[in-house]
Amino acid sequence: MAPRIGVITFPGSLDDRDAQRAVRIAGAEAVPLWHGDHDLQGVDAIVLPGGFSYGDYLRAGAIAALAPIMSEVKDAAGKGMPVLGICNGFQMLVEAHLLPGGLIRNANQQFIRRDQRLIVENADTAWTSGFSKGQEIIVPLKNGDGGYIADAETLQRINGEGLVAFRYAGVNPNGSLDDIAGLTNEAGNVVGLMPHPEHAVEEGFGPNTSAAMRSGIDGLTFFTSAIRSLLGAAA
Amino acid sequence: MPTIVVDVMPKAELLDPQGKAVTGAFERLGHTQFSAVRIGKRFELTVDGEVTEEVLASARKIAEEMLSNSVIEDVVGVEVVE
Repeated sequence: MAPRIGVITFPGSLDDRDAQRAVRIAGAEAVPLWHGDHDLQGVDAIVLPGGFSYGDYLRAGAIAALAPIMSEVKDAAGKGMPVLGICNGFQMLVEAHLLPGGLIRNANQQFIRRDQRLIVENADTAWTSGFSKGQEIIVPLKNGDGGYIADAETLQRINGEGLVAFRYAGVNPNGSLDDIAGLTNEAGNVVGLMPHPEHAVEEGFGPNTSAAMRSGIDGLTFFTSAIRSLLGAAA
Repeated sequence: MPTIVVDVMPKAELLDPQGKAVTGAFERLGHTQFSAVRIGKRFELTVDGEVTEEVLASARKIAEEMLSNSVIEDVVGVEVVE
C-alpha cells in the first residue's frame, strides 16, 4: 500500500496544494491536515508547506509553531516520523525548536524568486537518501525571510555533526551564514529548507536547467526518498 | 487599565537588515549625525486587573518564550506603565 503523507494547511499557507501534488506524483497518497486539529489521521510522514502562515506576524512561522496540531507534529517527530518543512515550514520547524537556529529578513531586504543551485551536504536523511553527497541540484527559491542565522557555537555544531543538509551554490541569495539552505536533525527524520522542492517535480513545470527550460525535477527525489524510507521501515 | 510593555530587539551582533535600510535613507537625507539605526518591536499587554508579581512573571515568561526568539532577539525590557 502506498504510504500516506500528510500536508498541513495553516491560515496563509500557499503551497499546500503543490505539496500534495508532489506527494501524489512521487507515488504516495496525499492527506490534507488542518492546523486547528489535534489529529494526524494516521499519516506516515508530514509536510509543513510554504506560504505566510498567520501573515508572518510576530516572526515568520512563530504563531504556526504554536498551532494545535504542532503538539502532535512534535511528538511524531520525536518518535522518528519523517517531517519536511519547506520555506515557511522550515521557519516553523526552527520556531518549534525541532531544528536549531533562526531565519531573518533577506540581507538585501528584497523578496527573492530564482531557480537556485544547491549542494546536497547530507544524503543520509529520510528526505535526501535518493541524492548523493555533494550532488548539485536546482530547486526554485522564493522568500523574504530566508537568512539563516545561528550563534557561533551552534554553527560549529551543525557543521561538525553533518546537520547541514543543503548549501546554496553559486550565489548566496539571502545572506545565510555558511551558505546554509537547509538542515536536518540528528536522527535524520526532520528536514527543513528554504527552497521549494514541491515546485520541481514535473517536467514542463519545474525550474530551468542547462538541459531545457522548466525541465527540472530534482525536487521529486525529496518525496521519493521519504516513500522509500517508509517502505523500507515497513518491510 | 495597567499595561505591561515588552521591548524586543534583534541581537546586537546580528545584521539588522531593516535598520540598515533606514540608515541608508538617513544618509541620503543628510542626517549624518546618526551612524546607525536598529529596529525592534514593542508589545503592549493590557492587564485585566491588578499587576501582581504573578502577572509580571507570566509576562516575562511570554516575552522570553513567545514574543521573542532567543536565537535572533533579546528581550530588553518588561515594564509596567500607568
